[in-house]
Amino acid sequence: MLEIKNLHVKLEEEDKQILKGVDLTVEAGKVHAIMGPNGSGKSTLSYVLSGKDGYEVTDGAATLGGEDILEMEPEERAAAGLFLAFQYPVEIPGVGNMTFLRTAVNAQRKARGEEELSAADFLKVVREKAKTLKIDAEMLKRPVNVGFSGGEKKRNEILQMAMLEPKMCILDETDSGLDVDAMKLVAEGVNALRDEGRGFLVITHYQRLLDHIKPDVVHIMSNGRIIKTGGPELALEVEHNGYGDLLSEAV
Amino acid sequence: MVARAALAKAKADLTADRLDGLTSPDGAAWAQRARSEALARLTDMGLPHRRDEYWKYTDPSSLVAPVAPKAALFDNDEGPAFDGVDRIKIVFVDGVFDAESSSDLQAEGLEIERLSEATQRDIHWAKELFGVLEARNAQGAVPRPMSAMNTAFAEDGVCIRAFAKVEKPVNLIYLHKSEASDAILHHCVKVEAGAEVTLLETGPAAARFSKVMEVDVGDHGAFHHVRAQGRDHERRAYTAQYGRLGEGSTYKSFTLTANGVLTRNETIIELTGDDAVTHVAGAAVGDGKDFHHDDTVFITHDAVGCESRQVFKKVLRNGAVGVFQGKILVQPGAQKTDGYQISQSLLLDDDSQFLAKPELEIYADDVACSHGSTSGAISEEALFYLKSRGVPHHEATNLLTLAFLAEALDEIENQTYAVDLHERLANWLNRRN
Repeated sequence: MLEIKNLHVKLEEEDKQILKGVDLTVEAGKVHAIMGPNGSGKSTLSYVLSGKDGYEVTDGAATLGGEDILEMEPEERAAAGLFLAFQYPVEIPGVGNMTFLRTAVNAQRKARGEEELSAADFLKVVREKAKTLKIDAEMLKRPVNVGFSGGEKKRNEILQMAMLEPKMCILDETDSGLDVDAMKLVAEGVNALRDEGRGFLVITHYQRLLDHIKPDVVHIMSNGRIIKTGGPELALEVEHNGYGDLLSEAV
Repeated sequence: MVARAALAKAKADLTADRLDGLTSPDGAAWAQRARSEALARLTDMGLPHRRDEYWKYTDPSSLVAPVAPKAALFDNDEGPAFDGVDRIKIVFVDGVFDAESSSDLQAEGLEIERLSEATQRDIHWAKELFGVLEARNAQGAVPRPMSAMNTAFAEDGVCIRAFAKVEKPVNLIYLHKSEASDAILHHCVKVEAGAEVTLLETGPAAARFSKVMEVDVGDHGAFHHVRAQGRDHERRAYTAQYGRLGEGSTYKSFTLTANGVLTRNETIIELTGDDAVTHVAGAAVGDGKDFHHDDTVFITHDAVGCESRQVFKKVLRNGAVGVFQGKILVQPGAQKTDGYQISQSLLLDDDSQFLAKPELEIYADDVACSHGSTSGAISEEALFYLKSRGVPHHEATNLLTLAFLAEALDEIENQTYAVDLHERLANWLNRRN
């Protein structure tokens, strides 16, 4: 599904290499987790994959379903099936959440040559999916993320994911700023989307999210590289011993 | 001193040149008095010059030139604004009343008469209004010679008197059919105590248009004003609305401006009765160096417990220029004043310019006044967020642009008008002109 080879990335503005050769393959139907200390390059990886400005790929490749995504515009990547759940979802005053969702869904359908959803059909689907995420009608009417609590913002990310039905979902520290109940709700939303045809890359600092979204593969990232890959037990090891041992092992 | 004398000479010359081609209309004694007094004020002040305080951001030379610069007609592919609305239509073509296209001017709760007819009558209510609000200089030293010229020379316009709550709006429709037209219209609106009326204004009017509207809102009366200035690129306009508000009355005005080589919209409102409320808002969108839009607003609080709110938004692209000058003056004794003013522009590139001069002048101690002015670009964060959800760049930009304008459009209470204008803006953004 998602194949990353020898990816080298530096900040455009300064001569600072962030990713120094990332190799990673996420198969369809699998959940991969990336853990790692602050500044290891986890969020950069998610931004580069989704096409944010300000990064320069100096070497390597990334493909989604065999298609080179690094040359695509962010909206083309989205239409190709990539989705990033933001660590800090952006507030957009003046744009209603519903309008935003409908514009996004229909833009992607259009890009894929599918018919746009009618207002009535859209409303039916969105209400149903919002309900399972405990997102009420009021939240759908409000401007995108404006005045939302941390938990509401993250639930809104998952709602977008559910509406857009991407092939490859990247969750960037979706657990940050959430209490246990909110995290469970978000995890349930993610789990409901687990599917044979869909891949997940879950980026997190902490093992606790992985109690709720059970990963198939866990990677440890440090200093711009994946330094260790293993099963779910690797996450538990980090939980117990911290990153210290793994980092010294890698040197 | 030499410079000041030179300026005075320059103004006197350009005023003389302009007046040379104008003739004062005939009328009853009261009207002639109002006109000759206006002419005297005008000669005293002189027509505006770039070096005048309130014209330093907007060059008035083409507005005061003896001959109006030509303006190509615009082939408008959109339907007229408010087309589906049941309304009383009053049509002016290049400033000339078009009886055939206009509705019957009889309407329940209203008295409507053309200014050219009203000014012939020896006794008419407009006597108390025509040139009266315009001449009041509630804000001291701010001269308004363009308005005085309008009062002195306007041959026509409408006088509307509302003495009940009137559902059906009055729509002044200004058509532009001649490339060289130079139109002057003057309207008087009197909303009697407890009455209510909605005035719609639509269209480009002329190659060069001068319009003054004086509105007196009686105690607990309400005046609603929604206007869409025409999309003709080369048209020029000076408009001024003067409002005087009685106790517990309301004056709400919204203006949409798309295109126009030069537009100066002035609003001068006096809150003279306690607990009166005025909201003045505008959304302007312009593309290219041939767009210059100026909102100049003076609100005077001269009573207790009044509220004023100014919301002005501009979207500027490809070298377009936007100007906002807004002042809230709170007179001694105008306690419990609630004044709010925001002017913002969205600059879609580095070539466009927004010039703002917000002012507060407060002589009462128990007031809440705030003002803010910003100019900025589209948020890169928000743009990326939308694009990451699959929304193409231009669509995302348009969505964020409309979102920026939304705060101004929200000032329109009537949803039918709001939706109509919102669609016009969306179309403008899609077409990019």
